[in-house]
Amino acid sequence: MRVLILGIAGGIARKLATRLLDAGHEVLGIDVRPWSSAPEGIEFHRVDVRKRAAEDVFRRRRPEAVIHMATVTALSVRGGERGRINLDGTKAVFDHCRDYGVKQVLFVGRHTFYGAASDSPLYHSEDEPPRALEKVPELADLVAADLYAATALWRMPEMTTAVLRIVYTLGAPGTGTLASFLRGRRVPMVLGYDPLFHVIQEEDVVTALQLALEKRLRGIFNVAGPPPVPFSVIIRETGRTPVPLPGPLLARLLGRFGFPRTSEGALSHIKYPIVVDNRRFREATGFHPAHDEGRIIRIFREASPLPGAEW
Amino acid sequence: MAREESIAERINRLELPFNEFGVDPYGISKKHVALAASAFAVLYRYYFRVKCYGIEHVPPRGRAMIVGNHSGGYAIDGAMLITSLFLEMEPPRLGQGMAEKFLNRFPFASLWTSRTGQFTGLPEHAHRLLEDDRLLMVFPEGARGTAKLYRERYSLVDFGTGFMRLALQTRAPIVPVGILGGGTAVPTIANLYGLGRLLGVPYVPVTPYLLPLPLPAPVELHYGEPLTFSGTGDEDDDVIAGYVAQVKSRVAGLIERGRELRHQRRGP
Repeated sequence: MRVLILGIAGGIARKLATRLLDAGHEVLGIDVRPWSSAPEGIEFHRVDVRKRAAEDVFRRRRPEAVIHMATVTALSVRGGERGRINLDGTKAVFDHCRDYGVKQVLFVGRHTFYGAASDSPLYHSEDEPPRALEKVPELADLVAADLYAATALWRMPEMTTAVLRIVYTLGAPGTGTLASFLRGRRVPMVLGYDPLFHVIQEEDVVTALQLALEKRLRGIFNVAGPPPVPFSVIIRETGRTPVPLPGPLLARLLGRFGFPRTSEGALSHIKYPIVVDNRRFREATGFHPAHDEGRIIRIFREASPLPGAEW
Repeated sequence: MAREESIAERINRLELPFNEFGVDPYGISKKHVALAASAFAVLYRYYFRVKCYGIEHVPPRGRAMIVGNHSGGYAIDGAMLITSLFLEMEPPRLGQGMAEKFLNRFPFASLWTSRTGQFTGLPEHAHRLLEDDRLLMVFPEGARGTAKLYRERYSLVDFGTGFMRLALQTRAPIVPVGILGGGTAVPTIANLYGLGRLLGVPYVPVTPYLLPLPLPAPVELHYGEPLTFSGTGDEDDDVIAGYVAQVKSRVAGLIERGRELRHQRRGP
């Protein structure tokens, strides 16, 4: 299959590209970021998804399948540009897919879609609406992009669209939202709260995406690794020290004195869990994560050893 | 339970899928359950001197719903019920209650309810736990039940009907239980709803000695034979209400039997 990966220079996308190439697919990719070490056989275009040059890739190369991984979180892009990348970018992707006869699209989304609320069910099913959005406005554009991508299911019924809501990655190379929160030697917690975290190892994400592609998945699916683990267990078992601080104090300290930079609203994500029910995906693809929670934590501990004496 | 057997040994005999960190897929933690069980075991044995009857009616494995009356201004009844399932059953089981929504908003309450399997009372939680063959505890009187005053302590307020639809949908047997003594332990003379709103709780119970701390009144638990209803859970409200009335009358009967036994013991 001729597969176009958008956001191919990202850590997981690179692994996916290599895996698909090895599996005999023809792989091309687009990213604004460089990928100088791209393996031979992968056609890399350094362009912005929203620009005409990206449309040219669709027009000239006519991919059969598109994997959209070119969305960003507040950790990497701040302000209005993030919303433009996530929403205008996603719109451009689906427009091009329709105009140039793409048969299958995978939208790679996030489980934070569901939001962290005190009164929501522990295990979220795909049929639930996003909650507690007002607490974390910087997630709104990602939630909107997820919902927008799902409209392709009825707007472009001739295309096989799947929206995947994937939990936090943890492992090697140790990037991602949760990993960046665990970077320091001491990790702040909200005193009196210890939410479950649902994680998946990077290689398992690649396996899940490959399965979704090859099984021609259609619909909305939660993707998770092993069962969730309490935040305190992840912190301790990765060799870090949990530092429980009262919520109001922690809110004032964020971004200062070496504390992780995150919004006050994002504190709800270390108070309440976001855990997903992934039965639908497992039944549709036969996916089973190769890495259990203990192995994921050990891989991360080895890949991201403790820094110096600072936070 | 043999007194020599430690709480830790009983925790190890809980038939829950704990991982290498001692945590199950719901976040129930061996460490936290052990700490809570140790504290509650002291209250159970020496403070409330709980007498437990009919524990053999609780299935040793598989899904079941324990349905009881509320007794006492807050969760003493539920705590003692969980403790009886843990201490008196062979093998021990973890009862999982359906907690009031406000609990998960408070620090520490959020942590401890999560780590001991006492989740917010949502139909999604009840359904999932039963499908997973867990032991669910339900108090269909809800917060209106805990708000009963001292003089109303042996009465029952209206039962909700959601539990019956869940039991039918999941084909779960219902084990009725009558709880006595909580209303004497926390002799509520009034409930302050306004203060409760300010604090973010349903109400604050007031006792003759003002503080809502429990007195060392003896508590009794009377489990009855399991009831099974067949259906789909999609029945009309009046059909469901009829089933609920049967459960309610069984619970009322268990409370009545408990009171009679108590009179006989005190008898001439």
